[in-house]
Amino acid sequence: MSTLVFVEHHDRAPQESALGVLGKAASLEGDVAAVVCGEHAREVAAELGRYGAQRVFAADAPALAAPLPQPRVDVITALIGEHGFDTVLLGSSVLAADIAAALAARLEAGLNYGLVDLRLDGDRLVGVQPILGDSAYANVGWTATPRLALFRSGVLEPRDVGGSADVINVSPSVHEWSQAARLLEQDRGESEGPSIEEADIIVAGGRGLGAPEHFSIVEDLAQALGGAVGATRAVVDAGWYPYSTQVGQTGKTVTPKLYVACGISGAIQHKVGMQNASVIVAINKDRNAPIFDYCDLGVVGDLHQIMPKLTELIRQRTSG
Amino acid sequence: MKIAVCVKEVPDTTAPRRVDPETLRLDRSGEATLNPGDTSAVEEALRLKEASANGEVVVVSMAPESALNSLRKALAMGADRALLVADEAAAGSDILPTSRVLAAVISREAPDLVLLGQQASDSDGALLWGALAERLEMPLVSQATSLTVEDGTATVRRQTEFGYDVIETPLPCVIAVSDAINEPRYPSLKGIMGARKKPQETLGLDALGIAPSAAGAAGSGTQVLSLDAPPSRGETTVIEDDGTAAEKLVEFLSEGKYL
Repeated sequence: MSTLVFVEHHDRAPQESALGVLGKAASLEGDVAAVVCGEHAREVAAELGRYGAQRVFAADAPALAAPLPQPRVDVITALIGEHGFDTVLLGSSVLAADIAAALAARLEAGLNYGLVDLRLDGDRLVGVQPILGDSAYANVGWTATPRLALFRSGVLEPRDVGGSADVINVSPSVHEWSQAARLLEQDRGESEGPSIEEADIIVAGGRGLGAPEHFSIVEDLAQALGGAVGATRAVVDAGWYPYSTQVGQTGKTVTPKLYVACGISGAIQHKVGMQNASVIVAINKDRNAPIFDYCDLGVVGDLHQIMPKLTELIRQRTSG
Repeated sequence: MKIAVCVKEVPDTTAPRRVDPETLRLDRSGEATLNPGDTSAVEEALRLKEASANGEVVVVSMAPESALNSLRKALAMGADRALLVADEAAAGSDILPTSRVLAAVISREAPDLVLLGQQASDSDGALLWGALAERLEMPLVSQATSLTVEDGTATVRRQTEFGYDVIETPLPCVIAVSDAINEPRYPSLKGIMGARKKPQETLGLDALGIAPSAAGAAGSGTQVLSLDAPPSRGETTVIEDDGTAAEKLVEFLSEGKYL
């Protein structure tokens, strides 16, 4: 195997999910290279040996400054053409998904997505893809090379193997049409309060709260438990709660010890962000909500009745 | 402005889904519906059309002929035409042939804008637009939470893991919209009545110059080898609140030493 891993970074920090993918690649046979694009690419590239890369290609050019997919497709295509990688792996993100899909079409390459594992059965590469809301696990293979794989985020832990990598600067040529989309501005949605990525306990609210002002009952329970507040994409997009608290596909992936989901249906977009919590508790009035299929304890009922009472009981216990 | 909207028919989202153990493909024999995420793309296209003097909204899809039923929901919402590539050789297509076929249909239509919805509810994929933009050599923006089009330029606000980006791109381009971009309208009775009379064209692969070997499982780059049961998360307990749920939750949290 000759593997190339795309490592996305923002503000000099490589994405955890990409580092996890790098570790997975290093655990299989063959050589492992990584590619980093954009500003500070060289700095980030220099760190990647620790996580399993033997060679790292650093591409820094004005066309790669904005986190947009199409110029990166040109860079990766050129690297595959020059070095003959037979496998290209990416940790899932909005950017990486767009890159992977475009690469598949550009190279007529097989793309498996949403993978939680990758293994070699003899000399056959097999990916593991949870399907149908994780009710089954498909073993998937490739019939066209290079083999492209997009991994679910938050699944593979980075492993510090203490190696060092050769950093190779590359000067990519980027198609004119790849540069047609331009980034005008970025709004990072800076966070206030405890970070949900660090929290041991998260109490999260969704549409089922009914109205933005009802987030106070989530905040009260979070405070009583000493936890942080999370939110679904639906309520963030509706302006009920800040983006920095968003858990799920285009938000954060969290792994607390306890996750209390309040008025959250638990569709796949949210599930991918929180399913690795040690214990999941759900309160929802809809018995058919998907979250009841994978929580540890689910309560079917009115959260406006249950949560204030729960908060009060917890306060009584912890103060007494 | 001419807008092409890529849509997909999916199994009824409220019914249990299963994989056919013989073909290892999703069992599509039950009730089917228009993919919920795609209704946001149709809605956005209709809003853009309504805001411009002369516009046309064409829904395109690749599916068995029976999918025209689901495409009519988009026509009932207000789309002008439906274009369906229905060909037995297309069964079992992954992203490679799907994007190949849709790019061929879209090229024929030469729209100013190509829209897609956030995610297919059956495959949980959220990828097609990347492959489509590549084949059409058009700029791409995904996860759009707002979209304005003016003087041949689209301005898109989109959400990523790091916050919001504002991206500008010339037309024609491919834009995948998020469910949050709008509240899709319900078809009116008049819309539903009128949908049957709107143009609905069904094409085979030969009309697009695509060989059967370049479509379906034969033209795909991936395969499902086998299925396993998911690893167990342990016991799931679900209780109905009989007025004592709060006490039971405290007990559970206390046993887990979270208090």
